[in-house]
Amino acid sequence: MNYTASEMMIVAAARALAGARTVFVGVGLPNIACNLARRTMAPDLELIYEAGVYGARPARLPLSIGDPTLVTGATSVVSQADLFGLYLQGGLVDVALLGGAQIDRFGNLNTTVIGDYAHPRVRLPGSGGACEIAANARRTFVIMRLTRRAFVERLDFVTSPGHLEGGDSRERLGLPGAGPALVVTDMALFDFANPEREMQLIAVHPGITIEQVRAAVGWNLRLAGDVAEMPPPTSDELRVVREELDPQGIYR
Amino acid sequence: MTDKRLSMRDAIARYVQDGMSVAIEGFTACICFAAGHEIIRQRRRDLTLIRMTPDLIYDQMVAAGVARKMIFSYLGNPGVGSLNAIRRAVEQGIPQPLELEEYSHYGMVGRYIAGASRLPFFPLRSYAGSDMPRVNPLIRTVEDPYSGAPIAVVPPLNPDVAIIHAQRADVSGNTHLWGLIGSQKEVAFAARRRIVVVEEIVDEAVIRSDPNRTIIPGLIVDAVVHEPFGAHPSYAQGYYDRDNQFYLEWDRISRNHEQVVAWLEEWVYGVPDRAAYLEKLGVERLARLKPAPAPAALVDYGAYQ
Repeated sequence: MNYTASEMMIVAAARALAGARTVFVGVGLPNIACNLARRTMAPDLELIYEAGVYGARPARLPLSIGDPTLVTGATSVVSQADLFGLYLQGGLVDVALLGGAQIDRFGNLNTTVIGDYAHPRVRLPGSGGACEIAANARRTFVIMRLTRRAFVERLDFVTSPGHLEGGDSRERLGLPGAGPALVVTDMALFDFANPEREMQLIAVHPGITIEQVRAAVGWNLRLAGDVAEMPPPTSDELRVVREELDPQGIYR
Repeated sequence: MTDKRLSMRDAIARYVQDGMSVAIEGFTACICFAAGHEIIRQRRRDLTLIRMTPDLIYDQMVAAGVARKMIFSYLGNPGVGSLNAIRRAVEQGIPQPLELEEYSHYGMVGRYIAGASRLPFFPLRSYAGSDMPRVNPLIRTVEDPYSGAPIAVVPPLNPDVAIIHAQRADVSGNTHLWGLIGSQKEVAFAARRRIVVVEEIVDEAVIRSDPNRTIIPGLIVDAVVHEPFGAHPSYAQGYYDRDNQFYLEWDRISRNHEQVVAWLEEWVYGVPDRAAYLEKLGVERLARLKPAPAPAALVDYGAYQ
């Protein structure tokens, strides 16, 4: 069955959520990946949205993270003071999915500016809840497309902390959550399971070579001992994405 | 009971003056576009616009030249892309430069809470390891007096005026809001003046039948404006859906300043009020946004005599 690189990325992120109880859902790709996970391998997954929703049961793919379909039928709808204070800072988020315009080898993320802050070449959205989500979620998964413009040696701005300068620097700063555990892209998967907390290639999507991945990363990429190949999307995963979640093909 | 009803025109004329700080809140839901358009129509200048997510309404207001500064936490057209007019102001100074004061979402919420409850600051577990404190000196770190560990703090925020859109209120401003309540309560209590804009005016008895739903008490409300569809193209839970077609169209319109000026001319300056805007939009388009009903199970508070 044919599928796109974007669909493979969404499926890979959804599979990684197996076993998680609560997930903090971000806008865009995270939104579709989390909704796919709940409809396939993680039926007990509770979706938390920063708009103030716990236990969302969206009847359609939410158009944004504040879509009214997230409210109707949810377990609980709360103020943002409660959502950030009691749910997130209270330690109830197992996994948070984040995205970004730039990421570095330690999983720090930039969603603020390209160029100088005072005179930006491109003004990006800014933090939203990402800065505190990156600090407080038990672990974070990053989902973004793999390009040399995005995977950079040095961020123009650190919006959300990952493993900072690597090693135990995150722990020393006293951040409550463990930080980035996984990076899911349209070509490959990475984790940080080494003492330096440096991003390392753990799997490639079908048909992608290690050399192609290396060429899309802006630093000398570290490889895990054994780089696996991801199984392609199943027909059931593709059916849910295409028929239920994204019938207009926005995320193709 | 004081009747605080005013027309939108009178409420803005009375409570929003040049140079003030104004918060039109509502997280994706219940964003009071009607108030934003009236502020544009009355040609206010040098405002400091406060909102967690500036959304299309502040994109339009910045393009119209009402703002000098913006205090915010996420600049985006939700689910669509960029806010092109605000980007143009920040990147190119068109139509005029816009000063930014930027936080994370929880930082903004904390500022409202500190402002509302008269605390000197609000502590939160955020900002450590981020560059945000470097570019915003109001985000600081203090020592926890109990453990000695560092903790980030943000200062109180007290907007001159908060404008809150909701489903219903009585004439004195006791307000029921449901669906996403966002930070509407916190910003209302933090502000010096509050305008409540509602889809429906109801009897006080309706409010008293469900007091858990009263997010804002009339005690703190200065004006009540009855403005059905006042949140269009955003939505009011149970009343109408987001007009996503417009959010997509705005992405195209806002690509250049001249198109935005033409749009403002047609849809804001070119109509005297919200009723005329709705008429121009057409009943069919509005009818398409109405959701099927999904009522809550009845709640029995009990009569204790």
